Amino acid sequence: MMITFMNNSDSEEEPCNERTSLMSAESPPVPSYQDGLQASEAGEAQTHRKRRTGSSHSPNNAADGNMSGSSVPVRESALENEEEELTLKYGAKHVIMLFVPVTLCMIVVVATIKSVRFYTEKNGQLIYTPFSEDTPSVGQRLLNSVLNTIIMISVIVVMTVFLVLLYKYRCYKFIHGWLILSSLMLLFLFTYIYLGEVLKTYNVAMDYPTLILVIWNFGAVGMICIHWKGPLQLQQAYLIMISALMALVFIKYLPEWSAWVILGAISIYDLMAVLCPKGPLRMLVETAQERNEPIFPALIYSSAMMWTVGMAKPDTAARGPSQQTWDTAEDGRENHRSPSHSDSEISETRSPVPTHPIATLEELEEEERGVKLGLGDFIFYSVLVGKAAATASGDWNTTLACFVAILIGLCLTLLLLAVFKKALPALPISITFGLVFYFSTDNLVRPFMDTLASHQLYI
Amino acid sequence: MTLAVFFGCTFIAFGPALGLFLFTIARDPLRIIILIAGAFFWLVSLLLSSLIWFIAVKASDPNDEQLQKGLLIFGVMFSVLLQEAFRFLYYKLLRKAIEGLVALSEDGCSPISIQQMAYVAGVGFGLMSGAFSMINLLADALGPGTVGIYGDSQLYFLTSAFMTMVLIFLHTFWGILFFHGCENRRWWEIAAVVVMHLAVSGSTFCNPLYVGSLVPSYVLMAVAATWAYLLSGGSAQNVRRFLLCLQSGASPQPGS
Repeated sequence: MMITFMNNSDSEEEPCNERTSLMSAESPPVPSYQDGLQASEAGEAQTHRKRRTGSSHSPNNAADGNMSGSSVPVRESALENEEEELTLKYGAKHVIMLFVPVTLCMIVVVATIKSVRFYTEKNGQLIYTPFSEDTPSVGQRLLNSVLNTIIMISVIVVMTVFLVLLYKYRCYKFIHGWLILSSLMLLFLFTYIYLGEVLKTYNVAMDYPTLILVIWNFGAVGMICIHWKGPLQLQQAYLIMISALMALVFIKYLPEWSAWVILGAISIYDLMAVLCPKGPLRMLVETAQERNEPIFPALIYSSAMMWTVGMAKPDTAARGPSQQTWDTAEDGRENHRSPSHSDSEISETRSPVPTHPIATLEELEEEERGVKLGLGDFIFYSVLVGKAAATASGDWNTTLACFVAILIGLCLTLLLLAVFKKALPALPISITFGLVFYFSTDNLVRPFMDTLASHQLYI
Repeated sequence: MTLAVFFGCTFIAFGPALGLFLFTIARDPLRIIILIAGAFFWLVSLLLSSLIWFIAVKASDPNDEQLQKGLLIFGVMFSVLLQEAFRFLYYKLLRKAIEGLVALSEDGCSPISIQQMAYVAGVGFGLMSGAFSMINLLADALGPGTVGIYGDSQLYFLTSAFMTMVLIFLHTFWGILFFHGCENRRWWEIAAVVVMHLAVSGSTFCNPLYVGSLVPSYVLMAVAATWAYLLSGGSAQNVRRFLLCLQSGASPQPGS
């Protein structure tokens, strides 16, 4: 979106030369829903996953629909080769830009699961998974978990459709308020619980005034960073932390079999919501494109870096987009518990031939557009790895295997994105790999490795 | 036990690999991806070999000690062969990737060479192999206990750490040798790698007679290291120049 905006403004003011004509050629005048257009519009969040976690504590925060998917639209550059090379060159870099936060989130979740008993204790279930799994027979348990999954997915679908409707009918204030409430709950309530449990585990005493001070500062800075302006890395850190907190809540409150079935079902739903023509996510993207608005930029993890210093062209047209980047990143509208949405806007100015009048344009475009991934993806990846850490009979190999599987799935997804250049969901490949590796490592590899270790054999 | 043993064994086992990672791989995103993909390929090979072993064990009599031991030996050997097969598959994949990178690059040459990929792939295999061997041990080392209280060797953790380290190095060098053999169609290099791997795994059957497993493994590592170094363009002269800190032309180290 930002790139599109910049193109329009700059192409009007810059003399027409190679660069600008390339730019304007690439930014089609009418944003309408078409695949080709999607590819050329930067910052398209094709699939969003919006998820709201419901917890029994907050009745007013119903679980959101999960529109999930990640799309990484690659900007078409007029120079095919250059673009493809850029894609691959930036592809590797963007993959790593996603690996790091995903890894960090998983590390936080696994570390918590392995050390804090609270999150592995069974203490009731969410209202979205009403059927208990404490039944003696396997068939009944399976049935209950499938029913739980159906209810959960339906809630998610309903919430997603609700969100799309709200967005369509421009009820921005409602969405805004909803998201602020939800991040308030996460940043204050869940953090308080988390801190309490960690302190209990390590038997550290903390008095209430200190606690209030710490939680208040943490939460307030978090709200500001996420919904308004803040240093990028702080914002990223907060997003990772709230994803981890959310994942921990899921790990605690989802019963065992239900969790696995829900993970599988969510991947399938993600696939359908993103790729089917009438999927809610796709409709959301269309609407956003028609209005030429960025789609829920906040509550999406963004690794974009902004270089706004040293711009030779001081006028607002050039600077507008830069501001835009920050503003949209914190706009209230983005407080949709965003969706898994990943898009990579690839800067095109990496071409080796700079032309002068657009030095500014190049500088502007020199900013790393970075990659964006929706928080829902973070959360579900962490749920998978966390569940593996919690339930795999104390085995670290399973956790490690799931971790590698998810990273490879993410890598493959980004590769497919670069190849197909259209919206693709982020969950299916990673979750499939993760599930396959979880069950096979837990049941097949573990006995083998244990036997080898007991004889101290090496393969 | 606990922290001292934990940190000691961790750094013995993974210290050199961590150094290799930090200094040669961490800077380049493409290499990190190749590393993780290599780890993934090793994992898949382990999965398949565990599957075969599991089926064999389930299909056999659990009380027959000899049979179980035989099945274990078979499992280990089969796993080694499968790992090398997956190394070959990974080589094929990386070849294709290089062709793609060359086609996409501006100046017709790939940002990473097959030798560098061989090194990174080797490190990937080694890291995953080491991690799977060592992580559970390290987690147990963190807790209370006495090593070898039932008459087993008291050096269990230490020797495991050393074995893991040598295995990570070996995988790195085998990667270089293997890919070089595949590139230049020298089947005997490939065969040598397979034989070495079988030898190292077989020598671990001597455990807890550690002199029978660690010493040959380290000797083989030195052999593989020299061979890989020579194949990567190194020579005795380079080593001498390096040691004497003389300025020389590029002294190609594996992975640089």
